[in-house]
Amino acid sequence: MSNVLVVAEHLHGKFPKTTLVSVAAGKQAAGFTGGKCIAAVLGQNVDALANDLAEYGVDVVAVDAPVFAHYLADAYTAALADIAKQKDAGLVVAAATAVGKDLLPRLAARLGAGMASDVTAIVDAHTFKRPMYAGNAIATVKVESTPCVVSVRTTAFDAATRGSKGTVEKATVTSESRMQFVEFAETKSDRPVLTEARIVCSGGRGLKNGENFKIYLEPLCDALGAAMGASRAAVDAGFVPNDLQVGQTGKVVAPALYIAVGISGAIQHLAGMKDSKVIVAINKDEEAPIFQISDYGLVADLFKAVPELTEEVKKLKSA
Amino acid sequence: MKILVTVKRVPDPETVIKIGPDGTGITTDNVKWVINPFDEIAIEEALRIKEKVSGTEVILVSIGQKTAQEQLRTGLAMGADRAILVLSEQTLEPLAIARVVKKLVETEKPDLVVLGKQAIDDDSNCVGQMVAELLGWPQATFASKIELGGDNKSAKVTREVDGGLETVGIPLPAVVTADLRLNEPRYASLPGIMKARKKELKEIPVADLGVDVTPKLKVLKLETPPKRTGGRKVGSVQELVQVLHNEAKVI
Repeated sequence: MSNVLVVAEHLHGKFPKTTLVSVAAGKQAAGFTGGKCIAAVLGQNVDALANDLAEYGVDVVAVDAPVFAHYLADAYTAALADIAKQKDAGLVVAAATAVGKDLLPRLAARLGAGMASDVTAIVDAHTFKRPMYAGNAIATVKVESTPCVVSVRTTAFDAATRGSKGTVEKATVTSESRMQFVEFAETKSDRPVLTEARIVCSGGRGLKNGENFKIYLEPLCDALGAAMGASRAAVDAGFVPNDLQVGQTGKVVAPALYIAVGISGAIQHLAGMKDSKVIVAINKDEEAPIFQISDYGLVADLFKAVPELTEEVKKLKSA
Repeated sequence: MKILVTVKRVPDPETVIKIGPDGTGITTDNVKWVINPFDEIAIEEALRIKEKVSGTEVILVSIGQKTAQEQLRTGLAMGADRAILVLSEQTLEPLAIARVVKKLVETEKPDLVVLGKQAIDDDSNCVGQMVAELLGWPQATFASKIELGGDNKSAKVTREVDGGLETVGIPLPAVVTADLRLNEPRYASLPGIMKARKKELKEIPVADLGVDVTPKLKVLKLETPPKRTGGRKVGSVQELVQVLHNEAKVI
């Protein structure tokens, strides 16, 4: 009868979809542990956030202090370890986002707990499925410790929806950091967030330079209302910012439609998008491995095909 | 300065892995083994610091079977000064690895521990963060840029995070994990390979370290994920739009 503690990440006064996914996973896990699902919200001036999150049917512990204004691994770890103990958490869950990936292993070490990363299914309170070898094997792992710590892959669970309202408790936890937040250079975009979008268009080395992402891929994204992604090769070459990278070591996405433009389909890239519902590949090389996993393939010069596709999509939308 | 860098022996990332007969591991026949690509970036970063800060010593650490000597020699050939191989027949999980690294840090007293952000075999992305916590040190994971302070007692690290780049300031000693864009690792030169043969590679049985490596994480089974099969080729952009609209109903 142990409880499940969910670490609820927030940004700009809102919970991203990835947090609601971790809440849903936490509630599912609580069904196995037989306890309650409790979400921890750390930050500064988080009252409204805490009340909002309680509407998703979880009890919320809110910790409000200047030291938590920016996420810092050491301060958050100490505070969450205390909360986990106070709340008798048998399982600690967070989304496998950049923050979740940075925080949870540190928290697991502090709790002396075993950890399963990037979990795609919860089998029972201690047993989970997770991908290994760039998604080429799915492992069923048993974490033989209490508590145990898991990060969840955000494409593998549905987001929590509003329901009965849980309680909100304000907790005082002292913590300090030896780290200093300097700045966050945020990539500004009006397009949907990559990990939340229904449609994703990604570009690869075939686009040749960053300018071509603007000239060819961005109009297609805008016509479709899609998020823009990229292969590692395109990011490494400096065509687009790092946070657009889709793949084993970048973001994992599973949209309704994924359009791969000028992407050959390396194992590492496929690991980040092969769970998309419909995959389209546009590539001039008909032997490109991306075609082997695509529902629809178009062998064509992208510099001709993409503007045409953009026009056709616009026509369809205005029809 | 003293920098400790971890090195894991992993299957080449281009290898198509096969699940072994016992169903809990992979077949290792015909597998080409390499340094985990992120660890290679970690070694390179340590070597670049060594080139800037005179008197810097770079120590490589690997934990695993005797065969990991091969990867340590490669790292020594790149330019690291010496290596330690902690021998363990049993595959250790991240927390056990972190405890071993902590033990070595207590003996070696480095100013910086640099690790790859994740190993491309188990994809756990855990050890660096765990080492930092066990030592009570600051951590800067997913680093794309490391700037040492003038006195080499602090660092400013740019991190690849969701939505952009974050910069944190940390006092040393600290743990940093390397992301893809931190640098482009060098190849070992022929003179480097010759020199590496004479460099110290110390082996320590894990049992001698007195570290608790009891597993808490058990792989019950490995399965091949459902294969996605290719669909069909379409002849034109018009046909593509038509099938996406009428057949797949996604636009």
